[in-house]
Amino acid sequence: MGQLRQPMSPPPPTEPPQCSAIAVFFAGFRAAWQSVLAYVVIGTYVGIGALTHDFGFGLGWAMASTALVWAGPAQVILVSALSAGAAPLETALAVGVSSARLLPMVISLLALIRRPQTSYRALILPAHLTVVTMWIESLRLLPKVPREARIPFANGVGLGFMAAAQAGTLIGFYLASSLPPLLTAGLLFLTPISFLISTTRNCRLMSDWLALAFGLVFGPLMAAWQVGLDLLWTGILGGSLAYGIHRLREALK
Amino acid sequence: MSELYAYTLLVLVGFLPTEIWRMLGLVAARGIADESELFMWVRAVAIAVLAGVIAKILLFPPGTLASVPLVIRLAAIVCGFAAFVIVRRSVLAGVVAGEVVLTLGALAYGI
Repeated sequence: MGQLRQPMSPPPPTEPPQCSAIAVFFAGFRAAWQSVLAYVVIGTYVGIGALTHDFGFGLGWAMASTALVWAGPAQVILVSALSAGAAPLETALAVGVSSARLLPMVISLLALIRRPQTSYRALILPAHLTVVTMWIESLRLLPKVPREARIPFANGVGLGFMAAAQAGTLIGFYLASSLPPLLTAGLLFLTPISFLISTTRNCRLMSDWLALAFGLVFGPLMAAWQVGLDLLWTGILGGSLAYGIHRLREALK
Repeated sequence: MSELYAYTLLVLVGFLPTEIWRMLGLVAARGIADESELFMWVRAVAIAVLAGVIAKILLFPPGTLASVPLVIRLAAIVCGFAAFVIVRRSVLAGVVAGEVVLTLGALAYGI
């Protein structure tokens, strides 16, 4: 990251690692905003901000929800369940089930950024910032970043996307009642189309491609059969099958 | 619903059930090196989960997207994907093409 210059002045000469960490953080932040996904995040959160407003929550609550929960589907479930008067325990379970998808993403992201001496504390922020968009862009960009710079870079990407989400939440909250249904349908469609395309772009190994294909087939099947934790089972079955076939082919070579 | 109660619910019912998976991931990531076999498996699992999310949203869509017929949703995703492949693997081209097809289809259907 030698080409990156510290944008603030003057750099403290006694702490060179500190100032380069800030530069790397901003490089990550910029990388998030250079991604199409930042604008997809804004669009998605316009929808979530509007929904939160319509269900009678305040702007502070909406933005706190984006910062703390930081997972679109979980936030949609949270506001719709709470305003429908669902029991808190029931709502917590529904939110927890929808967020289980984050587990394998956090594991694979952290494996890319930690070093043997990295403390748990340094990994709490990148773990909290992990969502689909951040995971997709981090997995694409991190291999090109030197390992010692990966944590501030991932934090920059994550906070870049969160800034986009907060902007979207704010816009959606104020536009809420004036959004036509055609536009909200288009905003909701942003998630599947952008996730599918950017995941495809990240696929390199045969196991990646197979996992994508199996997931597309198993996801709706598990949901239709009303298997509990359907997405987690989709992941374990589809991912294991994809990995197994990949291993088998490697072994036969 | 009082202000304080709403924020308490946000933390207990929204934040904690989501964050627990991230913190579990934090603990489980200990000892998994990238380029290891375990990492490859976890990566495949994560991709399959994501693909499952995509397919579920398309087939069982939330909110107003449900008012757009399935045929139009599928046509839009196929066209978006085709545009991505044709226009030098551009994510932007794919997303724009998909959204245009969805919007035109919805308009033609009378939404």
